[in-house]
Amino acid sequence: MGTDQKNMNRRAFLHTSARLGGVSVATLGMGFWLKNRSTRPQETIAATMKERLILPPDPNLPAMVIVNGGDPRKMVNQAVHELGGIKRFIDDSDVVVVKPNMAWDRTPEQAANTNPDAVAAVVALCLKGGASKVIVTDVSCHEPRRCYQRSGIADAANAAGAKVIFPEKHKFHEIAINGQVLTEWPVFEPFLDADKIINMPVAKHHNLTGVTLGMKNWFGALGGKRNQLHQKINESIVDLAELMKPTLTILDAYRILQRNGPTGGNIADVRLNNTIIAATDPVALDSYAANTFFDLNPIQVQFVKLAHERKVGNMYFEEIRQKVIEV
Amino acid sequence: MKMQTLVKVRRTSQILFFVIFVLLLINTEFTGGFDTSEQDISLPYPVAIFLEASPLVALSNALSSHTLYRNLIISLVIIIPTFFMGRFFCGWICPLGSLNHFFGSLKSERKRGKQRIESNKYKKWQMTKYYILIAVLVAALFGSQIAGIVDPISLTIRSFSLAILPTMNYALNAILNGLYGTDIAILRSAADGMQYVLKNSIMSIKVVHFQQAVFIGLIFVTLMVLNLRITRFWCRALCPLGALLGILSRWSIFGLEKKSLKCNDCNLCQLHCQGGDDPKLGLKWRKSECHLCFNCAPSCPDNEMKFKFFPKTHTTEEKPDFKRRKFVTSLAAGALAIPLLRSSTSLDAAPNKKLIRPPGSLAEKHFLERCIRCGECMKVCPNNALHPTFMEAGLEGIWSPHLVPQIGYCEPSCVLCGEVCPTGAIWEISQNEKMGTNADGQLVDEPIKLGTAFYDRGRCLPWAMAKPCIVCEEWCPTSPKAIYLQDAEVVDSAGEARIVQRPYVDPGRCIGCGACEYACPIQVEPAIQVSSIGESRAKNNQILLKK
Repeated sequence: MGTDQKNMNRRAFLHTSARLGGVSVATLGMGFWLKNRSTRPQETIAATMKERLILPPDPNLPAMVIVNGGDPRKMVNQAVHELGGIKRFIDDSDVVVVKPNMAWDRTPEQAANTNPDAVAAVVALCLKGGASKVIVTDVSCHEPRRCYQRSGIADAANAAGAKVIFPEKHKFHEIAINGQVLTEWPVFEPFLDADKIINMPVAKHHNLTGVTLGMKNWFGALGGKRNQLHQKINESIVDLAELMKPTLTILDAYRILQRNGPTGGNIADVRLNNTIIAATDPVALDSYAANTFFDLNPIQVQFVKLAHERKVGNMYFEEIRQKVIEV
Repeated sequence: MKMQTLVKVRRTSQILFFVIFVLLLINTEFTGGFDTSEQDISLPYPVAIFLEASPLVALSNALSSHTLYRNLIISLVIIIPTFFMGRFFCGWICPLGSLNHFFGSLKSERKRGKQRIESNKYKKWQMTKYYILIAVLVAALFGSQIAGIVDPISLTIRSFSLAILPTMNYALNAILNGLYGTDIAILRSAADGMQYVLKNSIMSIKVVHFQQAVFIGLIFVTLMVLNLRITRFWCRALCPLGALLGILSRWSIFGLEKKSLKCNDCNLCQLHCQGGDDPKLGLKWRKSECHLCFNCAPSCPDNEMKFKFFPKTHTTEEKPDFKRRKFVTSLAAGALAIPLLRSSTSLDAAPNKKLIRPPGSLAEKHFLERCIRCGECMKVCPNNALHPTFMEAGLEGIWSPHLVPQIGYCEPSCVLCGEVCPTGAIWEISQNEKMGTNADGQLVDEPIKLGTAFYDRGRCLPWAMAKPCIVCEEWCPTSPKAIYLQDAEVVDSAGEARIVQRPYVDPGRCIGCGACEYACPIQVEPAIQVSSIGESRAKNNQILLKK
């Protein structure tokens, strides 16, 4: 509105009226539109886990292979071969996630993380088996870049052709777990999208559960406040074991951390054990390893017993078909 | 070389050094690699080199510690040429100077034409920086490195590391993660690709937060904004390094020569002057104020001025005009400041429990002799565990580093903070020295301790709430673990008896890394917290009787 004019002319009047009217209507509309949108904010669960199937047991093949020898790579190759070969587990153009334990800023000799050579061997096998992409990742406890490097796994897996992925904050998605204690929890993206998952734990002592083996390794797929899981650790472990459905579990018992686990840090706590175990039954594997390497009665290992009861697998490893070999 | 060309070379030099400065700062971070299994982690670049080249850092460290630590000798590369050439560092190299130069050249309503010419005239308050210099150097003689608070390199690194770069990272992350969170596939993959590119170039690998960052950032922004009123206000009025270089250039053989005293008063030389050093004919050119930006000479329409070696000096003021009373006052200020500061926080009488210094830190007395609060250690810490203090180390120790385990713990195998510390406040130690191991990884010696952890049994799950937990024990990195467990029968609220493992600390084994405090589920105030007592560096802050 010009102040230099004495009287507003008709044209300016109409112009101004239209402008004010338009702005008012638009503001009114916007206000109501926003009001109608107003609901109490809630965390939405958008992501879901890709459906994965547990491989049905083959009566002609062992469900667990225990290989003793001096070279982790050879032992891994032999173990998978005895289980029916990598082709049994990997289909062409599968995206495979290999999940070693690389949670700690420790060297291979300290045995707090999975052996890098064993991981490299699995990566190479998967690629040979036709996988389009093999991802190696773990949601570390310590600073991930230090863990990945000092464990030697990033280097070995990368050289074998894997895509090594650091856990980045924006790649965690809240998913419904619907377990007994875990209702929903953020899971790292690669675990959601993978066609096949291969679990590669390392055998270690742990004061709360007695041992940490295969099923406990799934903590490393999660984000969020994992330190709360310890309040119901056995139930949490089994909830995750039900959720993850690994195609294969390969336990690194080449070196065993006998004391001061799961972090270790002192080579005096480590025993050279020279064993790799591969199994399709994660419960039988944990049960066998707890019994053989840590002298525990599987009945007393709460998460093994609970997993058996919830039919994740068979804790009576004597009942399943197994094979022990030397390389 | 024509003066006009020299101005271009100067500008190129400023940009080049600023880019190097920022790149080194961004790379003050362990980014990890997929192609190495090296067990000793160190940084590939000499990231602290600008600090090590700062003459003020070197001089004040020499005055307080009577030595020259590691690479501080590099500062001679600046000092000796300054004897001959004058303050070329200010005009050609200093990253803070270049930033001030840039902001000072922005158009400003308050500073144009005559106002600008007026504001570029030499002012008496430009002497302030010399008095600041004297005060901080005297303080250094008294064993306190407060020079670092006002050293321009230290100030810039601190501001960038703790405030400017984290702000930029936060903003970029917010945008990229917002895009990644959408349902549109193309946006998601674009954001993912962008993230990858940026994190391998200018972004930090993770979003970090620093206590005090907002104050440190606001101070920096204020310094930049001041340029809109008075060009290079910081450099002219406050910078003690500029003052030092001004004094060092007393006998320099390079400078401005005014051919005649004829002048048409066009004031173009004054209009573009950076240092406020009166290049105009008829005024005395103040050598100690000049940044050697070379803006004045080529702007003279009569070509009456020239920078050259061995100039005629009859129109030159060769030294800063110290006033005796102010000089004495600044001496006294420096001399009294430290006793005053220390009279309120006696280091020996009551060490602060929250003052957990980084691994390798010297005893507090020597630490304060050296720490320049540059923030390099805080920037490089992979766990974002080191933060600037507020009053934990007294006012004197403000912004020096301390460990905040609730935010991040100290990784036993990590020695990056000592690697980047330019002054040896955090002495450079090896991984084995820190962990007390030999080359084979066997424990042979006492590891470096930062403090000792204590339980708050009223907050601890197994102690107070009849629940299992022991995350602290799981994380405890020593072997044998400093946290040990005892089975205890407890009764829960339903009246049911159950066995829980209750944690205890063995103070002899605890290294004070804070992993337990970091991992404790009682996040807001952890049920186990590290206090500084037991720290290896302090004889007067111990619990245990030792042989």
